[in-house]
Amino acid sequence: MIRTEELLLNVGPQHPSTHGVFRIVVKLDGEVITEATPVMGYLHRGTEKLAEQLNYTQIIPYTDRMDYVSAMTNNYVLVHAVETMMNLEIPERAEFMRLIVMELQRIASHLVWWGTYLLDIGAMSPFLYAFRDREIIINLFNELSGARLTYNYMRVGGVKWDAPPGWLDKVRDFIPYMKGKLREYDKLVSGNEIFLARIKGIGRYDAATAINYGLSGANLRCTGVDWDLRKAEPYSLYNRFEFDVPLGKNGDCYDRYVIRLEEIRQSLRILEQALEQMPSGGETMGKVPRAIRPPAGEVYVRIESPRGEIGCHIVSKGKAEPYRLKFRRPSFVNLQILPKLLVGETMTNLITILGGVDIVVGEVDC
Amino acid sequence: MGAWLHDSLTWSDAIIIFLWAVVFLFVVLGFVTYAIYFERKVIGWMQLRIGPNRVGPLGMLQTVADIFKLLIKEDTIPRKADRLLFVLAPILCYVPAFTVLAVIPYTEKLYFADLNVGLLYYAALSGISTLAIVLGGWASNNKYALLGGMRSAAQMISYEVPLVISVVGVILLSGSLNLRDIVDAQAGGWFWDWNFLPQIIGFVVFLIAAVSELNRTPFDLPEAESELVAGYHVEYSGFRFAFFMLSEYVYVYAIAALTTVLFLGGWHAPAPFLDFVPGIIWFLLKFAFIVFFLFWIRATFPRIRVDQLMGLGWKVLLPVSLLNVFLTAGYLELFVK
Repeated sequence: MIRTEELLLNVGPQHPSTHGVFRIVVKLDGEVITEATPVMGYLHRGTEKLAEQLNYTQIIPYTDRMDYVSAMTNNYVLVHAVETMMNLEIPERAEFMRLIVMELQRIASHLVWWGTYLLDIGAMSPFLYAFRDREIIINLFNELSGARLTYNYMRVGGVKWDAPPGWLDKVRDFIPYMKGKLREYDKLVSGNEIFLARIKGIGRYDAATAINYGLSGANLRCTGVDWDLRKAEPYSLYNRFEFDVPLGKNGDCYDRYVIRLEEIRQSLRILEQALEQMPSGGETMGKVPRAIRPPAGEVYVRIESPRGEIGCHIVSKGKAEPYRLKFRRPSFVNLQILPKLLVGETMTNLITILGGVDIVVGEVDC
Repeated sequence: MGAWLHDSLTWSDAIIIFLWAVVFLFVVLGFVTYAIYFERKVIGWMQLRIGPNRVGPLGMLQTVADIFKLLIKEDTIPRKADRLLFVLAPILCYVPAFTVLAVIPYTEKLYFADLNVGLLYYAALSGISTLAIVLGGWASNNKYALLGGMRSAAQMISYEVPLVISVVGVILLSGSLNLRDIVDAQAGGWFWDWNFLPQIIGFVVFLIAAVSELNRTPFDLPEAESELVAGYHVEYSGFRFAFFMLSEYVYVYAIAALTTVLFLGGWHAPAPFLDFVPGIIWFLLKFAFIVFFLFWIRATFPRIRVDQLMGLGWKVLLPVSLLNVFLTAGYLELFVK
């Protein structure tokens, strides 16, 4: 008899494919995983606790740093929660600006995912193509807010800056450009036999499992559950636009891949309509009291971030600072299914599955 | 040069042979230096980057600087590593890589060893390098390195077989294992006389298996960065790492040269009226194309999975290469004889 041993392997926290400082302790039997334990918290900064000492405007920059790949949607969920509590009226122009940056952000975030996922699978070039196209969005945001990653753009009651002259035309030019690039992506990657063999049928789960684990975003929709908060509980101006919610049916990594690419197309569709309907002028800040003091009470709002349902729960005692602030972070919740998915898979599939979940460690640890 | 090998060895001959070997070493090292530069530039352009452009004119000295940096780095050996094997592995990897180059003929006149079993010599020696990779992975006493080493062993066993069998068709056609005779058998004036068209199945299998032997994308599993960090050489640093790196590129040289010799007609011109161009130019052109091809697929493909790699090797490449042998033998028996 050959004496075989299980190998205990620490994947991360410093590992090229854990997308930051995330660790999984896996037990390997050969290359097959028998047990996987995610270890998180390396990027914990205590955002929620810090927020209790800060007034609401001061919290906005902290939300930038949660899901740093998608800062605009994080901005929105916080200001949206406060506005809901205070029953504030948002000028139409401001709401359009918010919607446009959120959809641009969704495209940028999915591009980061697409590039890094292909990098995980071993293809180097798509990563750079994705970043080339994301760069255009980043430059647009830079022009708008002066930052490339942490924008601090939205405020309770509106947005900080109106679009500079010519900015909206640049967004308009970006739409056909991105459509062309998506075709290029499909030609280069989506039909590649090696790539398909790597992701088809990997990391499968059904709709009931997905709901039980509280998954959201593409991780939920890949099982065929039609749940996109932009459609299901329209916030902002989403009920004014026509767009589809792409759904999968097998619940595997391939479906998640297809859905995310299709979501880029749908975001472009929304952008097209938004640019057309946008009022040409007007205020970008509504009437907001000098000190933002939401009335005592609680509120929970949720929106569709690129990674799923991001929620903000505020408990207010009528002061300028929240009594308790809680974020429901989709990356954190989506990650729960990982130990279940990994058992019985190989080391290689670990990377495929982890990448397919699309986590941002800043948001996991918050 | 070949004639010297058959004469009795005298001091002056020994010195000449030694000097030739040194010259050749520098040729190969020069190739490696600029292959790395070329790869970085080619992939850089494909990926919308500039590539190295700082050290020396057009960045030409970048690789030299990199190698120099590796030379002056601290030489670390993990405390719990198997010292002897750890030190031995890079040498064992590099020496066969360099040795296999002896049998490759560049032109009718320019060759080093005229072995009758040239092809077997190549296949046999290049196997030793994989042994070194397993050894290095094992001796490092690191889990990632071990996994990389094991993968390498499995991959090597699976792909060495179709690699050799895919060439059997060529051997049947030319009736020799001698690489010079194989090139001579492809002489005919036109490029369709070269082996790659009559042996198209063998050619494709050979290319796939060769890329796998080189551990390059899409078969770069032993050092799969996104999974195993760096695989078998994760614990190596400084010049020991450079040796692994060098031997990888020396094998690129060897495989490109071997493909040129076996399938692309060696030094022959693609058309009779182009014969006035020296053979070495043709050889280098074909050789450079193969090298470029290897870099090109590296920039294009994702990585295959371990189990799929085994499946591809045993279930597809091996039967196909056997079929190729059968077809070639049948053709020779029925039409040529």
